[in-house]
Amino acid sequence: MSGKTIAEKILAAHSLSDIEISPGNMINAKIDLILSHFGTARIVLDYRRIRPSKLRKVFDPSKIVVIFDHYAPAPNEKMASAHDLIRKFVKRQKIENFYDIREGICHQVLPEKGHIRPGMLVVGGDSHTTTYGAFNAASCGIGNTDLFHAFVKGELWFKVPETIQFVISGKLPYNTMSKDIIIKIAGDYSAEVARYKAIEFSGETMENLSIASRMTMSNFSLELGAKFAFGVPDQKVVDWIKKRTTELFELIKPDADAEYEEKFNMNIDDLEPQVACPHTIDNVKPISEVVGTKIHQAFLGSCTNGRFEDLEIAARILDGKIIHEDVRMIVTPASQEIWLEAAKSGVAETLIKAGAIICNPNCGACFGGHQGLLASGERCISSSNRNFRGRMGSTAAEIYLGSPATVAASAIKGELTDPRDY
Amino acid sequence: MALTGTKSIKEYKDVLKGKVWVFPDNVDTDVISPTQYLSDNKGAVEHTCESIIKNFPREAKDGDIIVGGRNFGCGSSRETAPVILQEKGISAIVAESFARIFYRSSIARALPVLEIEGISKEFKTGDEIEINIPEAEITNLTTDKKYKGKKLDPILLNILRNGGLEKQLLDELKDKGKAK
Ligand code: SF4
Repeated sequence: MSGKTIAEKILAAHSLSDIEISPGNMINAKIDLILSHFGTARIVLDYRRIRPSKLRKVFDPSKIVVIFDHYAPAPNEKMASAHDLIRKFVKRQKIENFYDIREGICHQVLPEKGHIRPGMLVVGGDSHTTTYGAFNAASCGIGNTDLFHAFVKGELWFKVPETIQFVISGKLPYNTMSKDIIIKIAGDYSAEVARYKAIEFSGETMENLSIASRMTMSNFSLELGAKFAFGVPDQKVVDWIKKRTTELFELIKPDADAEYEEKFNMNIDDLEPQVACPHTIDNVKPISEVVGTKIHQAFLGSCTNGRFEDLEIAARILDGKIIHEDVRMIVTPASQEIWLEAAKSGVAETLIKAGAIICNPNCGACFGGHQGLLASGERCISSSNRNFRGRMGSTAAEIYLGSPATVAASAIKGELTDPRDY
Repeated sequence: MALTGTKSIKEYKDVLKGKVWVFPDNVDTDVISPTQYLSDNKGAVEHTCESIIKNFPREAKDGDIIVGGRNFGCGSSRETAPVILQEKGISAIVAESFARIFYRSSIARALPVLEIEGISKEFKTGDEIEINIPEAEITNLTTDKKYKGKKLDPILLNILRNGGLEKQLLDELKDKGKAK
């Protein structure tokens, strides 16, 4: 018998079925943690349909996290009512892991608050739940009906996925970031390369990346179709999590003879900053091919790239400079903790002096909710993860995706700019 | 909110017959469930997929079946995508492959989804199709050719037969309530 991948090991540990854990098989599995954001409103309505009403309980309130990050604070009355509905539900159901509008974006806040540990099986009512793969957890997004089922029963069906491996070697060139690696992967291998599969990232480059940079890659992997996206299970993960929780955990490592469906080798010694051009994430070009494209907005934030190192590199590039007069630069730190760090370290001051607008930690502009939508004909360079038509407002606007360094450099010149020039 | 609940879910049948709409590769959730109609359910159903197949929302009839290409339903996790197609009357989707969350949500909503390599080249819009869901057998009644896909796992087939995951769950709880 051959060895097991990380996905196979974690699913095996949670399986309720008497079925072999091998790719393609379906199992029922128990879930360690459920994430739910404003979509909880739909769950509340579903709960009203449960008869008899005395069974209207969540399976385990301690295993559910509810957070307000989309539409926070409420931009209109409809959202305010949805928030109100959810707050009451959370109280009634005694869900203590509730983060109201002040904390930030789910995929940053959950790890920060110690909810995510290696080996966990996590589902979320948000597609980028793959982010927690950076912490050696098997985590994926699900739709509303599945989410409701998870709330009530704490279990769901899972397909055991094939695993593909990206082995990355080399040192990131100056002002090039992990975002450039993952965008390059999208460009080279298409937005379908990991469809319904688990990814394991490995190699010396991955080992040298910070946890924040690894989170960017696990997060963006959803755009490659991934079900799970694991970073390297190493001491860095252990040290990061130990600061956040006293719960015990163990790293789950793949067996040396684990079977991968495919292995991709990549060297990034000569990697150029990459940009995903409108309107698909695999319409990728190196920055040199798009420099000079005029922009109207520069967005630095989201669960992909709103972490402290992202703000820090932007501040380094913007230090002593002034953002182009035709550009609105919008910054949303991914969490309150990051915002505070930016405030204390002087990073926030640098950004503000350069002319950036710092919003409260939330999803806001990333999905075209509020706080920075685009008008028809406008162009935005964004550090987020989606450039679909209409994602940030007008369907006649264009979104380019790049690293925080590329966002900052472009904000200065008012056009797409190579951050290596700064 | 019309797009919640199980109203648009059809009663499960092992064998379905219908008229085919052929869809291209990489049909994303924004095409199916346009962002500008996210809070306008009627509008969403009236405009679904029109950005790629203009006459689809106008001419698709109850019981029609989609034959899609690769990566059907890619994009966001919005469950409105399968729901809107159901509301439009689509009774099943056969595609070369599906994006993961769309696939899950379709099963959860009791919208039968079958995967068959190369299938989109075997049909033209307007062909008549017959699908045997448990056997994963597909017949193009217009050309009289048969195709075989991968059978659905019993867990998934059960969800379809039970009228979707929500109904399955609510029925189970009802029984539990009686037993007590
Ligand atoms: S920041 Fe953007 S991608 Fe991330 S959870 Fe919020 S809306 Fe989704």
